[in-house]
Amino acid sequence: MNLHPVRAIYMAEMARTRRTLLQSIVSPVISTSLYFVVFGAAIGSRISEIGGVSYGAFIVPGLIMLMLLTQSVSNASFGIFFPKFSGSIYEILSAPISYLEIVIGYVGAAASKSILLGLIILGTSSFFVPLEIAHPFWMLTFLVLTAVTFSLLGFIIGIWADGFDKLQLVPLLIITPLTFLGGSFYSIDMLPPFWQTVTLANPVVYLVSGFRWSFYGISDVSVAASVAMITLFLVASLGAIAWIFRTGYRLKP
Amino acid sequence: MNDPIISINGLNKTYEGGFQALTRVDLSIQRGEIFALLGPNGAGKTTLISVVCGLVNPTEGQVVIDGFDSVTHYRQARERIGLVPQELTNEAFETVWNTVSFSRGLFGKAPDPAHIEKVLKSLALWDKRDNRLMTLSGGMKRRVLIAKALSHEPRILFLDEPTAGVDVELRRDMWEVVRGLRESGVTIILTTHYIEEAEEMADRIGVINRGEIVLVEEKAALMQKLGRKQLTLHLQTPLNELPTTLQQEALSLTANGYELVYTYDGHQDEEGHGISALLATLAREGITFKDLHTRQSSLEDIFVDLVKERA
Ligand SMILES: Nc1ncnc2c1ncn2[C@@H]1O[C@H](COP(=O)(O)OP(=O)(O)OP(=O)(O)O)[C@@H](O)[C@H]1O
Ligand SMILES: [Mg+2]
Repeated sequence: MNLHPVRAIYMAEMARTRRTLLQSIVSPVISTSLYFVVFGAAIGSRISEIGGVSYGAFIVPGLIMLMLLTQSVSNASFGIFFPKFSGSIYEILSAPISYLEIVIGYVGAAASKSILLGLIILGTSSFFVPLEIAHPFWMLTFLVLTAVTFSLLGFIIGIWADGFDKLQLVPLLIITPLTFLGGSFYSIDMLPPFWQTVTLANPVVYLVSGFRWSFYGISDVSVAASVAMITLFLVASLGAIAWIFRTGYRLKP
Repeated sequence: MNDPIISINGLNKTYEGGFQALTRVDLSIQRGEIFALLGPNGAGKTTLISVVCGLVNPTEGQVVIDGFDSVTHYRQARERIGLVPQELTNEAFETVWNTVSFSRGLFGKAPDPAHIEKVLKSLALWDKRDNRLMTLSGGMKRRVLIAKALSHEPRILFLDEPTAGVDVELRRDMWEVVRGLRESGVTIILTTHYIEEAEEMADRIGVINRGEIVLVEEKAALMQKLGRKQLTLHLQTPLNELPTTLQQEALSLTANGYELVYTYDGHQDEEGHGISALLATLAREGITFKDLHTRQSSLEDIFVDLVKERA
């Protein structure tokens, strides 16, 4: 593998973040802080502890996941959609680089950004609630795996989308609802039995649950199931990307 | 010279909708030449270049670049190629320096500010190096695309209509750049709608029409072979009609009998009734003339004839 192209793509993408610092970093931090004010302080004071954790602290992992998923998808999808839209992708496609190198450059940059963002939000939340991290290794593992997986998904969406509307469609119609219904703000056993079962079909539940376990040692589903689910996701996304590049889907006529 | 740097063999391209843009294209590009690809809009020039550069999947056929198959050995093949696309495409917010440096890295080369500086200076972009691309004029943007293509020191340069939208003076400058590149050993393939450009620059000319290569020829040979010449004699006294000794297809009277026009090509001289034969006959008939001029048809005439003929 030649590292120059990977570095070139990665640095160019990171430079784009610096140029759009406000919308890339500052705005997610502000919106997370708002969640804390509304859910943590205003509503949370009326909700009792969940599994021995105060409601404000309980929602921290879920909030980070929420940001991680949406930001990974939007960063990665925009990163590849924009050159496709402007036509400058000709250069990427005519360069002497493998598909893997393209993916590492774009997805690596998008994932780096959301990991950074996740850590910033974690830092921010420590101003609002007392935090403890029971399993730091697993916390970081979930953070990185989720960021990478959903950046891969974003990359796929960016290639699939042939207009700005579609670029917004998937995050708006699928990612956001799944995350909100994925137990970011509540524990699954707060739901009626029927919905508890339905909710298990939501992959985000496994991510949030596993991530929360790494903080407080409490989880809705088993940690093994969480790890299995995210690995499944990762493999499926990689498979889809391999197929995209093999066929030239939406990239090469 | 028979040392092709690019061999295209039996290339077919049918786009998704079923439109066949290339039909059995066979073409060899010689090392170090400037090759001009001419053809009307929609002939398949961009499609052909795109297949060679890996932007479009061929339906059938093979492209070999400097001994490397463009699909199975795409790394070796592509690192030799610089592409300047027809459409202006830019990351609007990047600076000139950054975008050109990016291209070099993308093509696997270690950073080399001195080379980037040289390229920018040769394209008169040095003063603009810290400008964002969106603040440049159209002609400057096109030169940035050329700079990007040259950033990684390619051995082969594709220029898809490099001078569209570029003013006359700049066009001449660009030709100079292209000539300089050729001198340094770079093979250049350009498409253009300005026939004068091909006439001025190219060593060989290919004409593509409706996805088929209809002609590939050395420019000089092409001009000679197809280039009709016209000799116009301005007569001292007008003629009402041609004397019987001069009745031949190649001769005609115009301007109320004041002008005698002789149309010929490179071959007729050899067959014994060329210009000298004509002049001898005129002398025998006592026809005198006060002036004469010759005109050679340009590549443009040839091109228009060719494309019309096949349409
Ligand atoms: N992605 C595509 N899908 C379907 N048809 C296409 C596609 N790209 C090009 N074509 C068709 O292929 C034909 C050749 O197009 P191409 O761009 O190669 O022409 P060209 O010779 O470069 O023309 P121009 O001088 O206008 O640049 C045209 O009829 C065009 O409509
Ligand atoms: Mg074209």
